[in-house]
Amino acid sequence: MSNRPRPQRNLPLQVFLGFLVVYFLVPFWWVIVNSSKDAPGLFGGGNTLWFADNIDYLGNLQQLFTYDNGLYGRWILNSTLYAIAGGVGATLLAVMAGYGFAKYRFAGRRFSFALVLGALMVPATALVIPTFMMFSQLGLTNTIWAVILPSLLNPFGVYLMHVYARDAIPNEILDAARADGAGEVRTFLQVALPLMRPAVVTVLLLSAVASWNNYFLPLAMLSDNRLFPVTVGLGLWQGIASGNNAGTTSLWSLIILGALVSVIPLVIAFFTLQRHWRGGLSVGGLR
Amino acid sequence: MTLQIEKSAPRTEKTTQQNRGKVRLREHLMGWLFVGPFGIVFLALLIAPLAYALYLSLFQKKLIGGTSFVFLDNYVKAFTDPSFLSGSWFVIRFSLVSIPLQIIIALAMALILDAVTNAFTRFSRLMIFLPYAIPTVIGAVMWGFLYSKNFGPLTDIFALFGGTAPNFLSSNLIFIGLVNIVTWQWAGYYMIILYAALQGIDPALYEAARMDGAGKWQVALRIKIPLIAPALILILVFSLIGTLQFFNEPQILRSLAAGAIGPDYTPNMYAYQQAFSLANFNYGSAISFALGGVVFIGVYAFLFFTRKRRSFL
Repeated sequence: MSNRPRPQRNLPLQVFLGFLVVYFLVPFWWVIVNSSKDAPGLFGGGNTLWFADNIDYLGNLQQLFTYDNGLYGRWILNSTLYAIAGGVGATLLAVMAGYGFAKYRFAGRRFSFALVLGALMVPATALVIPTFMMFSQLGLTNTIWAVILPSLLNPFGVYLMHVYARDAIPNEILDAARADGAGEVRTFLQVALPLMRPAVVTVLLLSAVASWNNYFLPLAMLSDNRLFPVTVGLGLWQGIASGNNAGTTSLWSLIILGALVSVIPLVIAFFTLQRHWRGGLSVGGLR
Repeated sequence: MTLQIEKSAPRTEKTTQQNRGKVRLREHLMGWLFVGPFGIVFLALLIAPLAYALYLSLFQKKLIGGTSFVFLDNYVKAFTDPSFLSGSWFVIRFSLVSIPLQIIIALAMALILDAVTNAFTRFSRLMIFLPYAIPTVIGAVMWGFLYSKNFGPLTDIFALFGGTAPNFLSSNLIFIGLVNIVTWQWAGYYMIILYAALQGIDPALYEAARMDGAGKWQVALRIKIPLIAPALILILVFSLIGTLQFFNEPQILRSLAAGAIGPDYTPNMYAYQQAFSLANFNYGSAISFALGGVVFIGVYAFLFFTRKRRSFL
């Protein structure tokens, strides 16, 4: 029995894996290829999985960012704002609450933690219509707050931080810091927070992704298309383009390139931060 | 620890109690200080909307006569409404098909990636996970293109073999088209969670099993899968909650497959239509609340059921 890997026995598995990789990459490939085409290239009946003779990314990009007074650029900026504000805010709240639940025995702790666990099972979309009604009475609909405020609620983040803080921060270290005269807040900031870093990055990434991906909430809350995030914006364009097939052939190429451009920031974020989030993701999965 | 202190440092009963009272009070205060900000958001954006939805759902707005209290009439209406019932039936059927499919694919990929480690499998792991970074709306837009007769590759590929391409946007095949999109979107994410759980298993167990003569398949079936049961249950719950509130993908594909996907295709789409197209907020709230309640009870029951079952796995 040797531990040496035997590649020839694993070959069928790897071929199978190869097929799956192709399947997962086909939509990206299609979008990358077809965003290089102009309208005739797109509708001319050429090979849909290969480049046309004239590859025109720059021209298409220029069109994308100038169409309708640069509306697409605004959508990207809005999405970025919503993702950062929602992500940072939700993470801040989750880190504090997770630490509080894990490290303090306060009155009402068990009950409130049970409420948080119960909230994990409430589908987020069930809250959209009543939140809309509440916000419309407060005059908050069709503002950026209508999208940012509901994104601050992340019970799963609290759960993840609680589990991580409970296991990764020994009480002895906290007690030692307190004995050295550090206050509770300083103990949290200088001793506990550095120990929680992998989970903080994970929660930050997960909540930023959730905000960036959000569709139902902004779709319901916003009517001014200058406030739309890119998901709602592209959905709008797609509805227009398929609504009247004849007149809007150029809009299709904008949608294709728009889809490609909109996924680049998150793909980069995931790849550059993967060392951090993979460690944190396993925490929630194991328990 | 407290016991040790009391033993080693004898003091009068009174001061200990006073001190302890002070410490306890400070602990209560600090605990609430840390949990409080989230607590406010929780009350304002979860409890309040739920209570408000429940309140709204007990009223009906009529053109003549204004808003009146109707108690559970909206719920009676919902659970006898063919649109709501067919939408609910759709998401249940969809869950039964798509969730096992996603989990089986994710599990197979995780087991392969756990067993074979080289540059290619590391590359594959990232590529399979990639769709998770894509907003579901954009994923649906992309697949909408691939399904499309005008610029999708299916027509060309099937023409090569002299066949006609299946139209995944037709009412016959839209179900499969949606199952495919959801699987593409989420299987990689579930794979990463399962893979992380597999990597957490002590390799000494495999060695012991091999000593006992277990083959690779037996190790996978009898050791690996049972040990990652908690992770499997976690992703089952995730996918169940996600699928029952299905909205984004069918809403996006609606403009391409108008004949196949109606405005009441899923309960969430129906609630959206009632609230925002028909300004019927009371009934929309009732549907939302009913859906939320059913999902909550369903998932809770599932967790309760699997908690008992898990020990037998």
